[in-house]
Amino acid sequence: MSTLIEVPPVKHKREVLDQAVIRFAGDSGDGMQITGNQFTNTAALYGNDIATFPDYPAEIRAPAGTIPGVSGFQLHFSSNEVYTPGDAIDVLIAMNPAALKVNVADLKANGILIVNSDSFKENDLRKAQMTSNPLEDHSLDKFRLFSVELERLTRRSLEHLGLDAKSMDRCKNFFALGMCYWLYNRSMEPTVRWIEDKFKNKPLLVEANKLTLKGGYSYCEATEAFQISYEIPPAQLTPGLYRSMSGNQALALGFVTAAQKSGLTLFQGSYPITPASDILHELSQYKDFGVMTFQAEDEIAAITSAIGAAYAGALAITTTSGPGMALKTEALGLAVAVEIPLVICDIQRGGPSTGLPTKTEQADLLQALFGRNSEAPIPVLAASTPADCFWVAIEACRIAVKYMVPVIILSDGYLANGAEPWRIPKLSDIPEIPVKFATDPIGFLPYKRDPHTLARPWAVPGTPGLEHRIGGLEKQDPTGNINYEPLNHENMVRIRAAKVAAVVQDIPNVLPAGDPEGDLLIVAWGSTCGSITAALKAQRAKGRRIGHLHLRHLNPLPSNVGDILKRYKRVLVPELNMGQLLWVLRAKFLVDAVGLNKIQGRPFKQAELEQKIEEMLGL
Amino acid sequence: MSTATLPPTLTKKDFQTDQEVRWCPGCGDYAILSAVQSVFPELGIKKENFVIVSGIGCSSRFPYYMNTFGFHTIHGRAPAVATGIKAIRPELEVWVATGDGDALSIGGNHTIHMLRRNVGIKVLLFNNKIYGLTKGQYSPTSEFSKKTKSTPFGSVDRPFNPMSLAIGSEATFVARSVDVFQGHLKETLKHAATHKGSAFVEILQNCNIFNDGAWFSLTERDARSEHVMQLEHGKPLVFGKNHDKGIRRKSDGDIEVVQLGNGITESDLVIHDAHHPRASYAFLLSHMEHRPGFPTPIGVFRAWDDLPRYEDVMNQQIKDVIAKRGPGDLAKLLRAGDTWEVK
Repeated sequence: MSTLIEVPPVKHKREVLDQAVIRFAGDSGDGMQITGNQFTNTAALYGNDIATFPDYPAEIRAPAGTIPGVSGFQLHFSSNEVYTPGDAIDVLIAMNPAALKVNVADLKANGILIVNSDSFKENDLRKAQMTSNPLEDHSLDKFRLFSVELERLTRRSLEHLGLDAKSMDRCKNFFALGMCYWLYNRSMEPTVRWIEDKFKNKPLLVEANKLTLKGGYSYCEATEAFQISYEIPPAQLTPGLYRSMSGNQALALGFVTAAQKSGLTLFQGSYPITPASDILHELSQYKDFGVMTFQAEDEIAAITSAIGAAYAGALAITTTSGPGMALKTEALGLAVAVEIPLVICDIQRGGPSTGLPTKTEQADLLQALFGRNSEAPIPVLAASTPADCFWVAIEACRIAVKYMVPVIILSDGYLANGAEPWRIPKLSDIPEIPVKFATDPIGFLPYKRDPHTLARPWAVPGTPGLEHRIGGLEKQDPTGNINYEPLNHENMVRIRAAKVAAVVQDIPNVLPAGDPEGDLLIVAWGSTCGSITAALKAQRAKGRRIGHLHLRHLNPLPSNVGDILKRYKRVLVPELNMGQLLWVLRAKFLVDAVGLNKIQGRPFKQAELEQKIEEMLGL
Repeated sequence: MSTATLPPTLTKKDFQTDQEVRWCPGCGDYAILSAVQSVFPELGIKKENFVIVSGIGCSSRFPYYMNTFGFHTIHGRAPAVATGIKAIRPELEVWVATGDGDALSIGGNHTIHMLRRNVGIKVLLFNNKIYGLTKGQYSPTSEFSKKTKSTPFGSVDRPFNPMSLAIGSEATFVARSVDVFQGHLKETLKHAATHKGSAFVEILQNCNIFNDGAWFSLTERDARSEHVMQLEHGKPLVFGKNHDKGIRRKSDGDIEVVQLGNGITESDLVIHDAHHPRASYAFLLSHMEHRPGFPTPIGVFRAWDDLPRYEDVMNQQIKDVIAKRGPGDLAKLLRAGDTWEVK
């Protein structure tokens, strides 16, 4: 490579740490998500374990410089295993007063604060509703403040290129990134490669971004601004080939894998909705895998087209978030009634109604479990980490085609956009998904069931001799003819419930993490896994006897959940909702479990969990 | 090809099911069912390749009475379900049975989007201008100030004209027939069956329980020839008991009704061109029935089949990408982007 990425000899002090949390914050137009992703990628490639938390507003471009327009990206990278993006931050990069105001409370005392001093003029302060300049009023004295004229320095690096001021200013995030690379002794090479690929048809922008990145790095070198830099050695992860993986990307790859393992065509019916749209963006790229993506006219057409595709023999999925899920409700009932395989992904966000489109929440659990008219049970799975989404996607497809049922996957905004290192599996280690289409007209009945799974035959149109009618009206068992007789209806309702309950035979018994019995059991599901794991580890290190049961299968529940609940004195159920799993556990197991509930559009902090654990242990 | 491989000759009976037909005695739906069962065997399509998809309403019970693959879905959603079927299996012959409430009210969105996409689906819209299955509320095709159970003082909605709606959605085949005109209905259905893209057929149908006589002005023997104009491609627009009236273009582009004779001959009349690539002429036709003195056209308004079918374009795009990139290598996809090795 060019001289650009050579690391010059060290003159300053260099300290080895085991972890750091860094947050980039600025206007939604400042490129904070790109900056954060670049640092993440570089940290991951270096071999650190990582967890990220992108946090951006619902507005594409809220008025520049205002509080609602602040976009942030937090990264926790470490030489040990990490489970969360981190509670408090070590380094904050604030591109303007609003970003400083929103984020400074999370910065540790004596933490490094890099601000773009060019954006702290009177007008900027007013937009952030600040009455005095924090760079001058000593309110930031407890931090190591580095006021850097990001705009002026960026422009100076680029003045010879002949770019307009606006184009030059758009590069300034890379000046800050270059500084962070210096601070953590990182190679600029992955970002340089990214810049060269991203702007491959715009050589001037390649040059400008490279120069700015290098400018930030050289600035630290030349000014010895920080006087110290940090080294965070690679983590000892399980050996293997890794890549950084977000939840939505993992779902998409999981579905492509499931399609290949089942030999079916993947059909995705979807309507754009935050934070699920990226699954559609991802899958629409995979036409070379025969993936068929259909951007439907609305949420209802998204699921009903998928039902049509499943009926015609495809591996059909539909992807959405809470409001879209609500619209799909009636069609979910149809999928239950006609007993066809279908996977529905609900990437949860804050609600009700439009709610908090870009913020995370776990409040669709009861909707997934019960949100349909009449008795319409559906298996429900929840992913616990971004990379886990890959495995959940495959398992959902496996259950759907084996039992001829719709299956709901719950993910959320935090998993969808968050990233972690993913050990790339060997394809040969992933079992095939057996699929059998009905072909024999002799003795064929549309609702004649497999005695083991209670699945009805998958008889696709075009198969000679299997002409039959299905629909949402109650059917006679096993002919499928319309039938309104009282006992037949009760029988069919019970069969559909028994079929979903039978899925438990494919669910292994669960083992709690931590202590197998003791004073406290934490039961949880979904994206809270990381924070709880970190809290559990910290509390157990203090000698506390705690277990953690993280449920992937929410319907049916693994068969030994009831037994496990009895092995602990108390049960805590932390959720990013008002207590939905708590409600289920209390109803199902008559256990006096206690909830920890946070409904702020943000994940749990480790400290919040530890505080509740200690409170419950009477400490 | 040896005779052994020829598909067996199908008859009307092959398309009848053992299910008891549960429409009210005298319902126009029986006539439509009979016409479809007569036409299907003549299409040269294997029985197992027919799929009938429906939504909710009296008309949507249709699949249960056809011995084909059938899917009775939910209210208004048949076009979307059918689109999913066609995307995966373009070779299937998919027909949607729907009604004025199902297709134009609750399912209006799916109807227009299926038509604009030109999915290769045949739609039979049973238009009785009433909600039958819910026992008699006005529908989106009911005339203004219609008195029904839900509008005792008259409806205040202006109705949809299904032909105008379909043409406005750029449908490539738009036709109208009448339940009691069996010969015309069968011919129209056969014509629709030969169309590759979306074929939208409105069938004026009598609900003898909740809206009896809604179409009598068109179907009663005396009224029929005065009020109905049969569209035939390449033929002049003529109507009237004695074929003595016609439609003529005015200099401003509008149309007028003229009496033939007194120097006005058929050569002065508009020649019906169903194959015109633009929909504006068909739209003009679809609106004439609302004007005093104008007839109600039946037959094929528009049959322009040069637009590729949606499902073909969808599948072709996949083939093109595979041809360009080669078939996807999953192991490679999983390893895509920046990776690192932990030893």
